[in-house]
Amino acid sequence: MPQNNAQAPDASSLDGVRSNLPSPVRFREPQIEMAHGAGGKASRRLVEGLFVPLLFSSSSSEPLGDAAHLDFDGTRIAITTDSFVVKPLHFPGGSIGELAVNGTVNDLAVSGARAEAMVVTFVLEAGLPTPVLEAEVRAMGDAARKAGVRIAGGDTKVVEHGKADFMYITTTGIGRPLPGLTIDARSVRPGDKVLLSGPIGDHGVTILLARGDLDLEADLRSDTRSVLPWVEAMAKAAGPGIRWMRDPTRGGVATSLNELARDCGCGILLTEESIPVHDAVRGACELLGLDPLHIANEGQLLAVVAPEYADTTRHALSLSPGGENARIIGEVRQQPAGVVVVTTSYGGSRIVDMLVGDPLPRIC
Amino acid sequence: MMKFVDEFREPEAITRASEEIKRLADPTRHYRIMEVCGGHTHAIYRFGLKDLLPSNLELIHGPGCPVCVLPMGRIDDGLAIAQQPDVIFAAFGDMMRVPGTQGSPLEHKARGMDVRIVYSPTDALKLAHTNPDKHVMFFAIGFETTAPSTALTLVRAKAQGVRNFSVFCNHVTIIPAIRAILDSPDMRLDGFIGPGHVSTVIGCRPYEWIAQNESKPVAVSGFEPLDILQSIVMVLRQLRAGKARIENQYKRVVPWEGNRAALRAMAEVFELRPYFEWRGLGFISQSALRIRQTYAEWDSEQRFEVPGVRVTDPKAAQCGEVLKGVLKPHQCKLFGKECTPEHPVGALMVSSEGSCAAYFNYEHRKTAALTSIASPA
Amino acid sequence: MCLAIPGQIVELYPDSPTAALVDVVGVRRRVDLGLLQDELPTMGDWVLIHVGFAMSKISEEDAADQMRTLRMLGEAEAAMQEVEGYGLDNAESAKAD
Repeated sequence: MPQNNAQAPDASSLDGVRSNLPSPVRFREPQIEMAHGAGGKASRRLVEGLFVPLLFSSSSSEPLGDAAHLDFDGTRIAITTDSFVVKPLHFPGGSIGELAVNGTVNDLAVSGARAEAMVVTFVLEAGLPTPVLEAEVRAMGDAARKAGVRIAGGDTKVVEHGKADFMYITTTGIGRPLPGLTIDARSVRPGDKVLLSGPIGDHGVTILLARGDLDLEADLRSDTRSVLPWVEAMAKAAGPGIRWMRDPTRGGVATSLNELARDCGCGILLTEESIPVHDAVRGACELLGLDPLHIANEGQLLAVVAPEYADTTRHALSLSPGGENARIIGEVRQQPAGVVVVTTSYGGSRIVDMLVGDPLPRIC
Repeated sequence: MMKFVDEFREPEAITRASEEIKRLADPTRHYRIMEVCGGHTHAIYRFGLKDLLPSNLELIHGPGCPVCVLPMGRIDDGLAIAQQPDVIFAAFGDMMRVPGTQGSPLEHKARGMDVRIVYSPTDALKLAHTNPDKHVMFFAIGFETTAPSTALTLVRAKAQGVRNFSVFCNHVTIIPAIRAILDSPDMRLDGFIGPGHVSTVIGCRPYEWIAQNESKPVAVSGFEPLDILQSIVMVLRQLRAGKARIENQYKRVVPWEGNRAALRAMAEVFELRPYFEWRGLGFISQSALRIRQTYAEWDSEQRFEVPGVRVTDPKAAQCGEVLKGVLKPHQCKLFGKECTPEHPVGALMVSSEGSCAAYFNYEHRKTAALTSIASPA
Repeated sequence: MCLAIPGQIVELYPDSPTAALVDVVGVRRRVDLGLLQDELPTMGDWVLIHVGFAMSKISEEDAADQMRTLRMLGEAEAAMQEVEGYGLDNAESAKAD
């Protein structure tokens, strides 16, 4: 969930905050639909039109990011929260427990922070078999140890059968901002390069196939992993040149870059043949009529880097385990502002927009 | 490397084909070539092919989008059947966001209806096997490309004695749609990019009247960039030579005589409806399929009460003109304002191969300045 | 109507002659061969798949032919006339037969 980069109120300024009236709600839709949770345009409308006006300090004009960096009398702390709802719970390459840990670590990492601790809430469905729960908690513990994150506390609720898909997990992670990194969409400017850590679409297609409705088989695994080592490697090699980062989860690379284009007021031009995609992901997408740019990833990283640092950053990433396929996939342009365009090697181009809801297979 | 796909996306060959098109196009003429099939519309936008054509060559989007031409009332009918207890609504992903008067299938799913996305009609039949206490209703759409698969699935359902499966049939046929386009007084076309996958079933003969009676060339085309560009080359060559013939550009896949087994399956299970309403084109006779009496038990329309209410499109929506290629998507008054992929008014905006959705998603902001993403009105 | 993808038959089922396992760059799906029952394809054949059914066998020869034609585009008109399917400049009837 994107958060606002606001000053944390201390006791003496609480009055000032209370007297700051919330902005008027601009969200006019009569009820919440599935599309509002899909991470695309509808989600953005809900967040910007309802949550932001009512919850966040109206003094901030900063764009919403994956995490917030708060200042407590000179000590800076990064904080993020996220929720995990996935079916099936377990899939090739991982499970909900790992997604929960890695997703939290990654949200902090792309904001330029190292995750130190997490608290976790489990909402469990009555009837959930204990071995299933145990497997997920074990996976979480393993992932947390691997990522160097302490799980410091948690909460559990149980709801009636049918009110949760086996389990929902929510996390809140806190961490330390990494020195030398200032991540801000507003610092992105024409000429900057767009860097992608590796092949896209593995996670989303794995999940789609694991649901079993489409009767497709492939040798694919979710790419869930902590991207913190990559961020640290990039920070070391090119810290001052890194303008913006994002982990392209739900909605894929297309959604993350569209949000950036809007936030920085520039256009983004990608070259299709530079975007790495595994054959099986490509095959599944061709069969189902999907675009890999819209498919979720759980272990990839997008970065926008000043041009003089681009090659160094890519090189640093490529030397890091798992980052061998890092590529510069495009650049920031003045025009068309707010729009992401993909060009082909023969000179054709198309716009890649945010999706409305989740990508759906098609036959036409 | 995807065989039979990547070769037809080879950049140098595409550039050469594009140059040949520019060489062939007479600068004193303005060419209007229609691609009939929605899949071609989608491919043209996805591959950015318009960028490779000369400015005096216009591609007109045709009505070959089976979702786009489906009247809203038929969606309501299908959803009404599925609202009955213990019915599972199964359909292709393409149908899931198409709005009925009470919402789309996905919206109905969010409200508790059992809605499943399937990739194949056989998957829907499988659902019937694995859910013996439910009835599975498969909402069938598509032109002749897809109809044989539905037909064969019904043959299998009957042979297996499956009792809890039925098809709500909305299959339509392509030739009457092309006729309606050519009969339209506002329409001036020079030639056609023919629907390659429909032709794997019906072959190339059914288009002969277009060459013989209407004197327009047709190139039955594949769907890769080189296929479409080569088809345009073929049409331009014919126009230059003053000829009108049917040519099979998609020879590697399309048999001139069509697929007899597929046509047999269709003939066994389906018959032509006397008439059917096409959204935007009105009633067209002999243009759609229904299930024969011999398969009545597997026909949702015979097993269930169907409201059959006609729902007319809002007057302001110009879906018909866009479908016929008379208007370009952005020339419709509602385009990009009241009608966007997020809140579509007409089906041309919902279906990913509908010309309005394709234009909106892939094209229209390529040279536009930053637009604000305002909440819908 | 139109999304159909080439795939290769990698497994047959002896107890189900009208079904086959088809591979599309590593993605596999059981496909119904019923529409090709007049001339059933076999192991290694390439077929065009649409909604889980094989619609047509893909001719490697025709595909190669096509690529040859495409590679020659832009060369001398005379050379073009020899290529199959481009006989427009000789005295052929305008009507299809």
